[in-house]
Amino acid sequence: MTSREAVLDTLRVNLAAVLARARVRVVASWRETSWVVGETVFPFLTMSAFVLVYRGLHAPRIYEAFVVLGGAMTAYWNNVLWSMASQFFWEKEQGQLQLYLITPVSRMSILLGMALGGMAMTTTRAVAILAGGTLLFHVPIPADRVLPALGLFALTLAAVYALGMILSSVFLLWGRSAWHTVTLFQEPVYLISGFYFPVRFLGAFAAGLAALLPITLGLDGIRQIFYGKAAHGFVPLPWIPPIEIALFALFLFLAHRALLLMETLGKREGRLTLRGG
Amino acid sequence: MTAAREGAAIRTTALSREFRSRRAPVVRALESVDLVVERGECFGLLGPNGAGKSTLIKILTTLLLPTSGRAEVAGFDVADDPLNVRHRINLVSGGDTSGYGILTVRETLHLFARFYGVPGPVARARAGELMEITGLVDKADTRLSSLSTGTKQKLNFARGFMSDPEIIFLDEPTLGLDVEASRQVRAFIARWVRERPYRTVLLTTHYMVEADELCGRVAIIDRGRILALDTPRALKRTVPEEPVFQLSIGAGATGLDGLATIRGVRSVSHHAQPGTGAIEVRVVVDEDQVIGEVLGRLKSSGHPVLYLTKMEPTLETVFIHRVGRGLDDDVSAASDGAAS
Repeated sequence: MTSREAVLDTLRVNLAAVLARARVRVVASWRETSWVVGETVFPFLTMSAFVLVYRGLHAPRIYEAFVVLGGAMTAYWNNVLWSMASQFFWEKEQGQLQLYLITPVSRMSILLGMALGGMAMTTTRAVAILAGGTLLFHVPIPADRVLPALGLFALTLAAVYALGMILSSVFLLWGRSAWHTVTLFQEPVYLISGFYFPVRFLGAFAAGLAALLPITLGLDGIRQIFYGKAAHGFVPLPWIPPIEIALFALFLFLAHRALLLMETLGKREGRLTLRGG
Repeated sequence: MTAAREGAAIRTTALSREFRSRRAPVVRALESVDLVVERGECFGLLGPNGAGKSTLIKILTTLLLPTSGRAEVAGFDVADDPLNVRHRINLVSGGDTSGYGILTVRETLHLFARFYGVPGPVARARAGELMEITGLVDKADTRLSSLSTGTKQKLNFARGFMSDPEIIFLDEPTLGLDVEASRQVRAFIARWVRERPYRTVLLTTHYMVEADELCGRVAIIDRGRILALDTPRALKRTVPEEPVFQLSIGAGATGLDGLATIRGVRSVSHHAQPGTGAIEVRVVVDEDQVIGEVLGRLKSSGHPVLYLTKMEPTLETVFIHRVGRGLDDDVSAASDGAAS
């Protein structure tokens, strides 16, 4: 086998693994539809509460739009945490992590498959929030700016999922309290990402730190695309796409190194296949 | 994937593995293991719980690093080149299940085949064949959440063969299976080896009959060391032809170790039968007549003998001869817990 054929073969095997792992999630979504209620109705209620609070305070209508966009993005952060970052830990608890670890595919391919498969569910949630927000609360979404917003959204997702892969390496080895760890990453990120308000209001220092999270940047940029200066943007819009690309590349590299390091550490300490470890 | 390499299927050199923890003493799970398994062999690794079998398998399947020494699988170093090893192996751990409750049997087999790059049509055909052989055809479209534990284990077993591996590691593959399912699994392994002369099986078991029936060569491992390695027939020949008797006595009997003090008794081992609690005692004596005195001692101690039989040499006899106790007897050291 020439080196070119070997590379193509590696790509083929990894692509097959991504699709196979994604399919599990998609099949699950179709067969157990009860999640639709939990993933649409309840998040919509949360989003509605924030909208009504802003209305009660007579805040500008654009604040309601912040809430709707933030609510939609929340779904993807949850998908990263629950469906990707902590997934190796759950597999270990079920005793089948070793079946993944002995396969000749990259751990990143398996994680990517998990994430892509989970997107069916996640996107339903995001669409429900956006649709509910625009139809029920008449939140303005300028149609002519949807395309650039989707472009930035795609860049943001790439960087967010790469960050999720780094987190998964942590769960791979130290997932004993996975439930609490997920909460640790979930609730504070809701605040510092400015899901329901412009991140600028956190103050320059806190907002600067929060901007290291790709989801904070992405949300800041998408709001600026839709609402211009009224969005109270923190990072200038032209800077955001290159920063997201740089974060994506950096996180992807770090994720590769971290997964390798954690796996080697686990193999050395004998903790990779120990349940509850 | 690098091209296949010549040479042994498995080769270990001075392979050792220790487990350290802050709260427990160091456990030496493997101590300087030298082993060569040639391609095309069905090789058995016999040993009790805690012997180091699972640790060895985990190292060979790239799930664990050795503390020292070297291990090669299909000609590739497991520590330095795990990817090339993974392309060529698969693993079935008995007692484990695989897959997701939401998927059917057929979908689960297909899923794990795809992780090895098996093309879709090949995977479908192979899944059909394996379901036929393992008796899963009727359950092909049943979700895993509706399967019994035994059926899930059969599925896990079939999964291991979906990638048609060069070398398959079967770690106690019949653990927890009923008699009929175990028979089917053994028949499948025998057929797989027969039909694929260049494929290799490394089987760990503590069922001696399983190793005797399937394996061309067997290694006896205890407390991390290989104590003997040869064909089952040759191993049996190494046992001195001293009479071995097996007898069963009622539950709760004590003081059985005292039988070893009878003149002419070479060794005594015993364990309680799960379920009934009856105690099975194995007595090795210098000559047949000595068993009379053993029976007399038991009778006078108030332990009625339920049955008595004279044993022909088996792998279990070999094991007792080499290790000094039976496979099911209590083990006080070398816990495998750290590696399980």
